[in-house]
Amino acid sequence: MSGFEKLSRREFLQTTGIASGGLVFAMTLGYPRSAAGASNVAPSVYVNIRDDDVVEIYCHRSEMGQGIRTSLPQVIADELEADWDRIELLQAPGDAKYGDQNTDGSTSIRKHFDLLRTAGASAREMLIAAAAMEWGMPAAELVARNHAIHHEASGRSAAYGDLVASAAELEVPEDVTFKDPADYRYIGKPMDLIDGVAMTTGAGIYGTDTVLPGMLYASVERCPVFGGTVKSVDDAKALKVAGVEQVVQMPDGTSPPGYNPLGGVAVLASNTWSAEQGRKALAIEWETGLNAEYDSASYRQQLVDTSHKEGKTVMNRGDVNAAFGTADRVIEADYYAPHLSHAPMEPPAASAMMHEDGSVEIWAATQDPQSIQGTVAALLGIDKTQVKINVTLLGGAFGRKSKADFSAEAAWLAKKTGKPVKVSWSREDDIRHGYYHTVSAQYLKGALDDEGNTTAWLHRSVFPSIGSTFSAEATGPANFELGLGMIDNPYAVPNMRLESGDAKAHVRIGWLRSVCNIYHAFAVCSFADELAHEAAADPRDYLLRLAGSPRKVNPADDGAEYSNYGQSLDVHPIDTARYAAVIRKVSDMAGWGRNLPDGHGLGISVHRSFLSTVGAVAEVRVDGEGKLHVEELWIAIDAGLVVNPDRVAAQMEGAGIFGMSLALHGEITAKDGVIEQGNYDTYPVIRMSEAPKAINVHIMDVDAPPGGVGEPGVPPVAPAIVNAYFAATGKRVRELPLKKAASAWLLQCAPSTGGRSSA
Amino acid sequence: MAIEFTLNGEPQSHDVDPQMPLLWVIRDIAGLTGTKYGCGKALCGSCTVHVDGNPVRSCAFPVSAAAGMSVTTIEGLSANGDHPVQEAWRELNVPQCGYCQSGQIMTAAALLERNPNPSEAEIATAMSGNICRCGTYTRIRKAIYRAAGGES
Ligand code: FES
Ligand code: FES
Repeated sequence: MSGFEKLSRREFLQTTGIASGGLVFAMTLGYPRSAAGASNVAPSVYVNIRDDDVVEIYCHRSEMGQGIRTSLPQVIADELEADWDRIELLQAPGDAKYGDQNTDGSTSIRKHFDLLRTAGASAREMLIAAAAMEWGMPAAELVARNHAIHHEASGRSAAYGDLVASAAELEVPEDVTFKDPADYRYIGKPMDLIDGVAMTTGAGIYGTDTVLPGMLYASVERCPVFGGTVKSVDDAKALKVAGVEQVVQMPDGTSPPGYNPLGGVAVLASNTWSAEQGRKALAIEWETGLNAEYDSASYRQQLVDTSHKEGKTVMNRGDVNAAFGTADRVIEADYYAPHLSHAPMEPPAASAMMHEDGSVEIWAATQDPQSIQGTVAALLGIDKTQVKINVTLLGGAFGRKSKADFSAEAAWLAKKTGKPVKVSWSREDDIRHGYYHTVSAQYLKGALDDEGNTTAWLHRSVFPSIGSTFSAEATGPANFELGLGMIDNPYAVPNMRLESGDAKAHVRIGWLRSVCNIYHAFAVCSFADELAHEAAADPRDYLLRLAGSPRKVNPADDGAEYSNYGQSLDVHPIDTARYAAVIRKVSDMAGWGRNLPDGHGLGISVHRSFLSTVGAVAEVRVDGEGKLHVEELWIAIDAGLVVNPDRVAAQMEGAGIFGMSLALHGEITAKDGVIEQGNYDTYPVIRMSEAPKAINVHIMDVDAPPGGVGEPGVPPVAPAIVNAYFAATGKRVRELPLKKAASAWLLQCAPSTGGRSSA
Repeated sequence: MAIEFTLNGEPQSHDVDPQMPLLWVIRDIAGLTGTKYGCGKALCGSCTVHVDGNPVRSCAFPVSAAAGMSVTTIEGLSANGDHPVQEAWRELNVPQCGYCQSGQIMTAAALLERNPNPSEAEIATAMSGNICRCGTYTRIRKAIYRAAGGES
């Protein structure tokens, strides 16, 4: 088995419930079909070629802005030699038979590219075989081209739809031949967005747009302190609000929280506004519990204190202490980065209704429909197969919508009330009850010899772990988290020790676009810049020195456990030659070394994550009042093969803005356990007025398998800005967000004047 | 007492709390979901509609204030989704997740109605009330130039 198989029409109807005839393929994720039948098959993608010549493609990944609903069919259609205008894209529901649907970790192309190609190529070869059979010709004389099989010598041809009946009789080929990349029609081409019309006419349906017959609109008041519970509730006033139909106390949250609802009190009404008004009229007394002592200021000090003590060694090369002892100069730095909220434009939203057979059907803006199935099945005491998930468009996600909690709220309320229910989180709900990007303190110490070479590098990373959301035992950084930007340090430093320190979580911690790479890149790329200045070297040239000779780095050589984003280091190496090429390219794009106007500075940063390497140069301007402006960004990405260069460019542009938001503004803080921010006024993000005049993107032309794209643009942005700010002002910022540090200085002193050149 | 206005040319009469923001009347009562909620406090622009031609944050605009007026949402901006702003948006593939884009397009269309050739600074002023968390600003700027008949 090639991990790919053909389904009969009847099986297809059973598995998808969609009545359409034709040739249907189900791909598996490497599970061979057992002799007994289909029970252990996990198909991931369906291609259905209908006899009316339409090719249906099922997208099993969630669209959240990365463009997967365009890129995924590009791969299949190209290998299939299908006509783009005769493709019909269907969104797959949540079901294990589609294999891995968790749209997270920038995996959709890097982990699925070969699978998708195989789907297209197998279908193409079967259509060729069908024509060969019908025409009594050798398959080798036939070619597939633009939705038809052709026999060039005789000029004979047949449309795909006309070959479906014969092809359905054939076995799926064991091995397929992929197209010569020179013949690609869609892969590597900037195909227009499949959802372009829907997204510009208001027709796109997102999680919050579901309308079900007789539906109630729910708004949930949750305890302001994570882990708290309802002591008492008086709902008399709420029930008097026009439109309010019911008030329901939610089940208490769990410890650890996992994906379960947070508890609280739900107000259900005939429209969103009434539900919110009713909620405001609730009188609730809370039992706030242990996290009521969570205070960001004192917690920060704990993290920093821990980072100053010897931690748990996760990688060691050479002997850093000996090198520090004999160094010409030693420098140290503390870096701090706060909690962040995803704040996707569409706050979490899901709808649910019970069916008469006891099953529940959910419509959700979700990155991970199968985790909803598991969470809801456990919560309602039903089987996973009784939880049907329809995946809508996602109005942004960034990791927040990997979590099932809001969908589980809708399902639980639908069961409780016996009516269809839509749960919509307000912006305040989103910002105050998130799965936050973690808060971190990092300590770095470096040694320089008398020629300015870095001879030793000590890096300690301290933060509460994502693991704490799922296990009470997770009291400190997990290995997979340290592998996101710390353990995979590519620098050619002879003595290097990497350590971690424990920290307890007081809020739900989750992954946010590029995850730990955000703070690790901030510290590593800032410290590289600090070392360059200490060595009186140009920061770009110094980065090339740190990259060292062209080689492939394997953290295991220095005793680290490193999973390389779940893919092989042979196929996706930490390749310092490619890293150096990105440094050169992005600095050339930005005109590195040119003379700059007064108050301007250039900063550079390069970081590999999700198997792609991204370099960023920022040009900042500090105005007469000391205010910082990001004038322009240059971004170069080595993602190996790219399927849709326009979507890759868009992801880099978006990452530039997302990175600017967290570099300049993003900070979530807690006081007495309560999150102090609540909307875009207190949790600002970049707006048009702050957007750079251009974000210039270059995609490196590299013959290598695809890396990730959605996340790796983010990590280098903040350090590039911080380094540029230093170039412009001589002030080193070691904490995010930068605007806070910069405005503190503003209060203290007049701005330094006089720009420096980037060197 | 019922509040009357027109929505994309259709007469409407809704007996609702006069304080209910126009956004929720459009979405939950009239059933047009192209207009989006993003903040509820006039901070993000996702909910932008035109009221008698002016761009309005419908989340902070009581329905009573729309009485007797003509309300246009993204669904009614053009007959076939072919307003020059919509076309420019598609030609430059502006949307990422797309969620903010109804509001961006409505704000941009109102800007160009008032000012057919906006400068970069005028675009920044007009568009800065519209957040795009996906970060499509540089393309939005280009698409506005294009819709205005400029290059890009
Ligand atoms: S929802 Fe109205 S401005 Fe944000
Ligand atoms: S396109 Fe996603 S918020 Fe603008």
